[in-house]
Amino acid sequence: MYSNELKLKNAPLEGEVRIPSGCAVSAIIDRSGKRMTGADIIDSIATMHDRSNGLGGGFAGYGIYPDYKEYYAFHMFYNDFQSKKATEDFLITHFEIVYSSEMKTRKIKKVVNEPIIYRYFLSPLSKRLANSLLDEEQYVVHCVNKINAEIDGAFVFSSGKNMGIFKGVGFPEDIGRFYLLDEEYAGYSWTSHGRYPTNTPGWWGGAHPFGLLDYSIVHNGEISSYDANRRYIEMFGYKCTLQTDTEVITYVIDYLIRVKKLTLREVAKVISASFWSTIKEKSDEERAQEEFLRKAFPSLLINGPFSIIFGFTGGLMALNDRLKLRSMVCAEKGDKAYISSEECGIRAVAPELDRIYSPAGGQPVIYTLKEGAEI
Amino acid sequence: MDTFIPAEYEVVRNSELCIACRVCERQCSNGVHAYDKDLGKMTADSTKCVNCHRCVCLCPTHALKIVKSDDTYKLNANWSNQTMNEIYRQANSGGVLLSSMGNPNDYPIYFNNILVNASQVTNPPIDPLREPMETTVYLGKKDVEIKRDIQGRLIDNLPPQLKLTTPIMFSAMSYGSISYNAHESLARAAEELGIFYNTGEGGLHKDFYKYGKNTIVQVASGRFGVHEEYLQAAAAIEIKMGQGAKPGIGGHLPGSKISEDVSRTRMIPQGVDAISPAPHHDIYSIEDLRQLIYSIKEATAYKKPVIVKVAAVHNVAAIASGIARSGADIIAIDGFRGGTGAAPTRIRDNVGIPIELALAQVDERLRQEGIRDSVSVVVAGSIHSSADVVKAIALGADACYIGTAALLALGCHLCRSCHTGKCNWGIATQRPDLVKRLNPDIGYKRLVNLVTAWSHEIQEMMGGMGINSIEALKGNRLMLRGVGLNETELKILGIHHAGESM
Repeated sequence: MYSNELKLKNAPLEGEVRIPSGCAVSAIIDRSGKRMTGADIIDSIATMHDRSNGLGGGFAGYGIYPDYKEYYAFHMFYNDFQSKKATEDFLITHFEIVYSSEMKTRKIKKVVNEPIIYRYFLSPLSKRLANSLLDEEQYVVHCVNKINAEIDGAFVFSSGKNMGIFKGVGFPEDIGRFYLLDEEYAGYSWTSHGRYPTNTPGWWGGAHPFGLLDYSIVHNGEISSYDANRRYIEMFGYKCTLQTDTEVITYVIDYLIRVKKLTLREVAKVISASFWSTIKEKSDEERAQEEFLRKAFPSLLINGPFSIIFGFTGGLMALNDRLKLRSMVCAEKGDKAYISSEECGIRAVAPELDRIYSPAGGQPVIYTLKEGAEI
Repeated sequence: MDTFIPAEYEVVRNSELCIACRVCERQCSNGVHAYDKDLGKMTADSTKCVNCHRCVCLCPTHALKIVKSDDTYKLNANWSNQTMNEIYRQANSGGVLLSSMGNPNDYPIYFNNILVNASQVTNPPIDPLREPMETTVYLGKKDVEIKRDIQGRLIDNLPPQLKLTTPIMFSAMSYGSISYNAHESLARAAEELGIFYNTGEGGLHKDFYKYGKNTIVQVASGRFGVHEEYLQAAAAIEIKMGQGAKPGIGGHLPGSKISEDVSRTRMIPQGVDAISPAPHHDIYSIEDLRQLIYSIKEATAYKKPVIVKVAAVHNVAAIASGIARSGADIIAIDGFRGGTGAAPTRIRDNVGIPIELALAQVDERLRQEGIRDSVSVVVAGSIHSSADVVKAIALGADACYIGTAALLALGCHLCRSCHTGKCNWGIATQRPDLVKRLNPDIGYKRLVNLVTAWSHEIQEMMGGMGINSIEALKGNRLMLRGVGLNETELKILGIHHAGESM
């Protein structure tokens, strides 16, 4: 696992302890599929500067690699060149490396101690894939887990197709500029995160978003159901090494969508279930559905304060905990839709809006690309 | 010739307060109190006293107290008075020593060495007086494949579930070991609370079939009172493989407690000891258990969950894993402190393991095996308070059974003499004059009060942790910390020591 000189302060690394955080989140999607640079999302999250404390910031962009959209884009942090060599030896035996390069970054005064950052576009070796008896996505997830768990000093922090996560220790606006998101990348959807951890996370991998293939999560909150969720989801082969809420929420959503084949709205009714008293008031059909989901997945109810933005290919979902213990605002203007911890994060980039509202606790807001949108 | 055994407790009467109303005399089924006409005052024979406190509670002038006798043999750190007395008793009788209620000896109570978390600053506590706080829990298998109808709607294909409004049930206590009025109190309380009581292995009295939807019926090795109608009447069926108070042996009911009514309900002769076989003679192995589970499911058209109850023994995790793979919907684990109406003393006091450790290991093993979802886990064996319920759920239980606590609510004072059948509180007796002392109209209300009070306390503790649904507490071991436990104990419990952060 990567470490840097913050480690020298004797603070434990993220993953060795559980670090509570407050946060800011925001997201923008252009439902027509039109791509935009990261400039707006940086401005949006920068407006909520005081919701972060300089110990973590990050972004996820969708549609940013149109020329390589068939390939898994791995973003890597390396501690040193040994870990890079070990990882590349692993990659070459499991994937065809279509393209690789050091990530282009810009020196920013406030962003220090950056690891070695690389990017690879990969395609699984067909024979290895066939021999693994896994489907392609499982195969890639397996490889990601193997690198993260077994190669000391190496960390895959993004692994989806035609999307990428960019993150680090610093204020989010500085991290955005560090990665040149305002110049080098254009995507139809962006999410961002500014972190306010109570402790030094110690390394860049601890910053958010957290990703798994093309899923990414930014999250504000400290869930009180953490260990109930973790111990349940670990039954199904997931390993929560970072001990963060974001990590476990990503796995929960991945399990419900990819393995159990639930729809996004159904996922919302599992993780942010309506109260029994509310369910009782619903129509027969809705009641039957929600009762079933609560009875079948009680251990995946996520309790305590959270606002999350779940990014996936083609869309975003915003969701609050059932009591709405964290702020979150949604807005629309033409094809664009906005989600933010605070209204200022939206008004800063879109002063005039068609509609702005605060979704109720447990009420999912799902924005997807319009039919026929090219990405 | 019998060696005289001095009284363990002494009845002390304040003669200035005593008005010789003779209430104590009428209330004592053990014949401790008597009125001496010549002296014009009350006397007491402490050797007969079981210290049930009935007389103390009913004395209108509070003239009575029971104290530990200071009579003692020559002090010996190796041979205690009690050990010596037991030897005298066995030399007198040649018999196995019998005891009642749970193991009273000085073993660790792990619940008392576990502390619960609360929210501060980084996430807010939730106020149960002002926000919804859900304690409802469904027991049963959850591991179903997601199926949809033609419109894409989810189909509820879950096997039968038991809905509890609060994660507490009354554990198995048979009609025979306890009285008709005690059973009526439990049944009515379960109905009012939206939970379940358990018949134990003594069958179900005809009068109580109407409480069927809040009743768990038991099938034990003696098969007392088991017939089709009995199975049909219940909400769930429990196969009793073992009991925490007496792992490895069957139930005991002294003939003195087998009245005509009990005999009819159990379908056994009146007045004869009912000793259940140690094993089920159709279950000598795990694959046999599966057959009984499915026989019961066949008999009840797969409409009722089947619970398998085992005593917490050394290999309980592997046993539970086997049960989970055998079709059981719910596993009940009874710790070594669990109560009983009668058990051989040596077994009660020396066999089994603490429920906290058994629960932690069972929950962890089922998760390691990836089958935690295929069963619910209910624990029993000295759940003393709502705090123990909270801790048990955080360790991984779905719900708790309470037995002793329920009896205490009905008036029991833990004199541990149930096997004599002379319970002065009308609970563990079949003598009509004693049974009528327990008024079910009052008894059921006291049970409702107890469980309601505990539920409020559970909600308070949940709210403090920032949890508003009991599901989010289940198995949430980061909410627990051990104090004064060694590394092995912490490892088994799967919790950190207090002071260790998340």
